[in-house]
Amino acid sequence: MTSDTSYTDQEFSLIGTRPIRPDGVDKVTGRARYGADASAPGQLVGLILRSPHAHAKIKSIDTAKAEKLAGVKAVLTAADLPDLTNGNRASYDVLENCMARDRALYDGHAVAAVAAIDEVTARKALKLIKVSYKKLPHVTDVDEAMKDNAPIVQPHVRTAGGDPDKQTNIAQVSTFGHGDVEAGFAKADYIVEESFKTEQTHQGYIEPHACLATLGPDGQGELWVTTQGHYTFRNVCAELLGLEVAKLKVTSSEIGGGFGGKTHVWMEPVALALSRKANRPVKLVMSREEVFRASGPTSSTSVDVKLGATRDGRIVAATATLRYQDGAFPGIWGMLGAMTSFACYDLENVKSVGYDVLVNRPKVAAYRAPSAPMAAFGVESCVDLLAAKVGMDPVDFRLLNAAKEGTKASYGPPYGPIGIGPTLETVKKHPHMRARLGKNQGRGMACGFWFNFGGQTCCDLNIGVDGTVNLTVGTVDVGGSRASLSLIAAEELGIPYESVKCTIGDTASLGHNDTTEGSRGTFSSGMATIFAARNAIEELKARAAQTWEINAKHVEWENGQAIAKGIEHSNLGPLTLEELARKSPTTGGPIAGHNEVVADGAGVSFASHICDVEVDPETGSTKVLRYTVVQDAGKAIHPDYVEGQFQGGAVQGIGWALNEEYIYGKDGRLQNPGFLDYRIPVCSDLPFIDTEILEIPNPNHPYGIRGVGETSIVPPLAAIANAVSNAVGVRMRHIPMSPPRVLKAIKEAQMEEEAQQQVSAG
Amino acid sequence: MLEVQLSGAFRDALDGAASVQIEAATIRELLRKLKERYPRLHDPIEAGVAVSINGNIFRDNWGEPIPPGAEVFLLPRIPGG
Repeated sequence: MTSDTSYTDQEFSLIGTRPIRPDGVDKVTGRARYGADASAPGQLVGLILRSPHAHAKIKSIDTAKAEKLAGVKAVLTAADLPDLTNGNRASYDVLENCMARDRALYDGHAVAAVAAIDEVTARKALKLIKVSYKKLPHVTDVDEAMKDNAPIVQPHVRTAGGDPDKQTNIAQVSTFGHGDVEAGFAKADYIVEESFKTEQTHQGYIEPHACLATLGPDGQGELWVTTQGHYTFRNVCAELLGLEVAKLKVTSSEIGGGFGGKTHVWMEPVALALSRKANRPVKLVMSREEVFRASGPTSSTSVDVKLGATRDGRIVAATATLRYQDGAFPGIWGMLGAMTSFACYDLENVKSVGYDVLVNRPKVAAYRAPSAPMAAFGVESCVDLLAAKVGMDPVDFRLLNAAKEGTKASYGPPYGPIGIGPTLETVKKHPHMRARLGKNQGRGMACGFWFNFGGQTCCDLNIGVDGTVNLTVGTVDVGGSRASLSLIAAEELGIPYESVKCTIGDTASLGHNDTTEGSRGTFSSGMATIFAARNAIEELKARAAQTWEINAKHVEWENGQAIAKGIEHSNLGPLTLEELARKSPTTGGPIAGHNEVVADGAGVSFASHICDVEVDPETGSTKVLRYTVVQDAGKAIHPDYVEGQFQGGAVQGIGWALNEEYIYGKDGRLQNPGFLDYRIPVCSDLPFIDTEILEIPNPNHPYGIRGVGETSIVPPLAAIANAVSNAVGVRMRHIPMSPPRVLKAIKEAQMEEEAQQQVSAG
Repeated sequence: MLEVQLSGAFRDALDGAASVQIEAATIRELLRKLKERYPRLHDPIEAGVAVSINGNIFRDNWGEPIPPGAEVFLLPRIPGG
């Protein structure tokens, strides 16, 4: 059904209020059911055997002893997962990532799986599987992997559009930009050119991957799973296992964090295949170590940035070379880095080149505004350096060069109404910018951008006989969207928020819904909910007309009730939604609204962050003292959850900037696959994250909504790096800025200064 | 006649061409004609494409009309987190 998606500046009574979230009580009382909380009669425990090598040929797998162990009901290898992908290389990569075929491509790559009556038996069975490996040379560093003599991760890979005969780890080179950068640099009075590195991080969701799979020999199955996209999981699992889509019902559990990491299948097809082989339900829950070693972290990167400006502060040229590792399978992460790198600025001459590079690490997955934070780290660090060279305040410098409506984005098209300028104006006036700093303290700020998108969406709105409303949507609630969508339904229908119950439907309940990614949940399901509610209102008006025995064209819907218009109907009192619902059995049966929409036209999103830090010069340890997020939300439906997204992104960014890092040994194995050695921030590490919501309406949504979930992780790396650099007087070029790395940078700078003094003295 | 601006893999597939000219009234017609006229665009389009019309990015609505003289960009289809 096509409906007008244009912004209408509607007046609201409920939108923008802060009622209690409907899933809150379940979550704080332990009643909420997550991925590992489902059980089925006769269920087995599934476990996966993983490669201890970074890169190895699998010569043979002997499962005979494991199969004979009492209590083992199924043992699985790649031989049980035949290639049904019909030459679709992307699907084959997913299959190969779920279960290694002839080679293990990274430490932790699945090589076999078992299903047994209990965990003890399953663990014994894993030990009885004998895998004969031949170790192969490996590479885990992105710059090393690009060298001509680097070990080749995937022999079939060629650089897209490159030499068809040359094996390489560079899967793709992506170039964006416009103008003439050489001519631009020739006009520059000041040039800054720097190189940066960021280490690999994980989304760090608290809930590990978990599922309960049931698949019978008749090809009918069910999957209970923690996921951001149960419809996508259904399609992928069906393709890999040769199932009919309609016969696999996938239900999304409550989700304990996803941030992009639960947009891909990892072990779910294996759980279904084990269940099919054992003909019993199989529950498979990853350990934290497995989550780190074998799910999808973000890229480590190596980035070069060059900026030039004239004396009056205009940036006249900008280039970036961005090298992102994709793990062992080709991705588009370097391309996204190139697309996002200069999106905040109005540039006549700009060029960014992204490299997607294979290494022997786990397949990279999306992580909240994927690839943008690392690019912003390099660019926003250089913007600060260039502002200093020009002699301008960094906020004023950014304001002078900020993109605005009509600016040709560095990735191509012109912008509509956007919020980068207003976020910078807000930062400039914010009291945070005027707060005094003490010894060893520094302040930094930075900007960030993310695209946002919508996608395929549908929902059902069913009115019960007592006038309460069931809203069923297909986008997984990753950040409070059930509250926001209930508000939208209540607003449209004119009923109390508490009268709406929003549920995430399983795959048998609704048509396809794209995965909840790209900050699309409230944007797209909000759009579908508006149209479904308006659809239901038309039916309610028809039922009122029938009740009054008048023509429906004389009925209007106002404040949750049908009104008969016209002097000739002045004797007819209003009919409320509840009254019409109670009459519905005799006026045509159930009253419902439904909508299917492709929610294109998501508005891009910008944020500016301010950060104060204190660095201990003896230990190199950094404490974040104060943090402020300013971001454009288009329209904040439920401000609590908008602020929560702003705060959550900032906190993840703080962890990424200061501590989090995948550490690989020379053997190519991950050294810190646990939260003890991979340290995410906890409450005691953090100040209160202050937020300011700006509302620059998205012209392509009836309420003006823009996605808000991702942009908030883009500026922190750069904002904190600028703050630490200002605190210690040394430019930080390597993330995370862990204490040893900060100390090393301080000492290197001191040595350089001493050497210069000696030269001067000599 | 539309001037379709290219970037990323689309530009690389046509040896660095910044734009191509083509007649099309909808996104569907545009993509079909691009693949017909420039076979080297087939793979990048199949790998995932989005079309910007006057600054509004469309990923899925291939029936979207393209007004005469519109500013059209071919972009890679992007994922999110």
